[in-house]
Amino acid sequence: MAAIETERLSRRFKGGLTAVDAIDLSVEAGEVYGFLGPNGAGKTTTVRMLVTLLRPTGGRAMVAGHDVARDPDAVRRRIGVALQEAALDGLMTGRELVELQATLHGIAPSAVRTRGQDLLERVGLVEAQDRRVATYSGGMKRRLDLALALIHEPAVLFLDEPTTGLDPVSRMTLWEEVRRLKDRGTTVFLTTQYLEEADRLADRLGIISQGRIVAEGTPAALKAEIGHPHLELAFAGDAPDLDAAATVMAAFGPPEVLRELEKVRVPLPDGAASIAAVVRALDEKGLGVAALELVEPTLDDVFAAKTGRHLEGA
Amino acid sequence: MIRASLALARRALRNTARRPQFAAPLLVMPTLFLAANVGGLTRSTALPGFPPVNSFLNFQLAGSMTQALLLGGVSSGIAVALEIEDGFFDRLVISPIPRVAIVLGRLAATAVLAFTQVLYFLLIGTIFGGGPEGGVIGFAAIVAIGVIAGIAFGAIGVTIALRARTVSTVQGIFPLVLVVLFVSSAFFPRGLLEVPARQIAAFNPLSYIADGLRNPIVGSVSAGPVLEGLAAAVGLAAAAIALAVWSLRVRLRAV
Repeated sequence: MAAIETERLSRRFKGGLTAVDAIDLSVEAGEVYGFLGPNGAGKTTTVRMLVTLLRPTGGRAMVAGHDVARDPDAVRRRIGVALQEAALDGLMTGRELVELQATLHGIAPSAVRTRGQDLLERVGLVEAQDRRVATYSGGMKRRLDLALALIHEPAVLFLDEPTTGLDPVSRMTLWEEVRRLKDRGTTVFLTTQYLEEADRLADRLGIISQGRIVAEGTPAALKAEIGHPHLELAFAGDAPDLDAAATVMAAFGPPEVLRELEKVRVPLPDGAASIAAVVRALDEKGLGVAALELVEPTLDDVFAAKTGRHLEGA
Repeated sequence: MIRASLALARRALRNTARRPQFAAPLLVMPTLFLAANVGGLTRSTALPGFPPVNSFLNFQLAGSMTQALLLGGVSSGIAVALEIEDGFFDRLVISPIPRVAIVLGRLAATAVLAFTQVLYFLLIGTIFGGGPEGGVIGFAAIVAIGVIAGIAFGAIGVTIALRARTVSTVQGIFPLVLVVLFVSSAFFPRGLLEVPARQIAAFNPLSYIADGLRNPIVGSVSAGPVLEGLAAAVGLAAAAIALAVWSLRVRLRAV
């Protein structure tokens, strides 16, 4: 059974804006599903519907086996949620917040403290547990938010842009925790606008643009779908004959002359295996290669191919 | 639900204590009002028609209590609006607790705060005015009316916060609170108010709450004013809690 399943899930706001437009999703239990899209694409609206914070205006969604509209209480008992803006009470200490969350999730009073300590230890906040949350760094707040989301060992964990605004070290720490969760069999629904994050963490990806899913699959399959690696070559000399080089490289695929960069690009279906042959052919025509780079397709290329715009810097 | 409500009440009280800039005015402002009124208006007890009282301070204490309780209600509303603005409210909504616990937890904290406010003004009265004269029954009546009225004002604050969703709007009701208070018998006997204030005061539940609080302070307990005060507080609390719970449901349905 899928951990998350939606059928034509939609959300239209007053005023006519359709933030989510009939999306179909299926996330298997134990999977890390990356939900990728620029700001305003519909990621957060989708998550808010899946975690019962927002009512769908169309379609249906099942999370952990329960309908989000018909049985929201059952959904809430099975999910953990770390929202985009870590909604933490800055006046409380980390320990107080974790213990409050444990109480709200019905954990037995005798187990509240132990469970809280375990989680604070797991996210590396034991030393800071008696400090008010307002004094925490951004990374510490995210880790505390994660601990709160995990307090009741949820079957499905929603992480809404968990690393936005974090420094690289904090980001890596959170990635490690997501991997550990996956190893324990937790289903993770991860929304992000960071391509690298999606590429490294997600088993499968859904790309959303303007409220619609425009692509779905494993990162490798999505990249393979849009094309092959490209070889970019720069040539020796002050005024290299780019057209002559392009003529030689046409034997390997349709070349593209990048005059401003003084480079020629050619797709290589076999990837690195064909590089030697290309260099040899150019050398035989007296065209010395000064530099070369094998450029793999990126998720940004996938996004651009599917939506006509780039996600990086969006 | 009780466990969740109590946990949320504990948190609300702890946060009130940790936010002195919000907590202090709940006592300081009514105390300053009390000092100013007692300092400048003591001779008004000599006005024809002013009811017999043991001291003007004791007469004013009920008004100051009512004012403090109203401010406590505004403060509860601001706290809920802050939770909505900073997203903590969403965390509560996602939690698998009965929704009504969110309101009840806040009101339980407001009740404790109201109890503290009532005790504080009784202490002021004891130190400077000879103290309440109604004995143990009078004390119990003051506490009951004060705490229930505090819950009522808290529920009104929560209702406004749930409808308005912004701190600035809840803060905006503060001047209105003062207007409603001044067209009651909280600070001056109803019989000495001019028309139309006197007519408005007759329908203003704050008049009955203030008179109910005042009766055991200025003399021995009379059933009439105390029961009227209790009835006004209970009626207002019942209506306001129902409104707060309804507002919560409407808010959650609307999203």
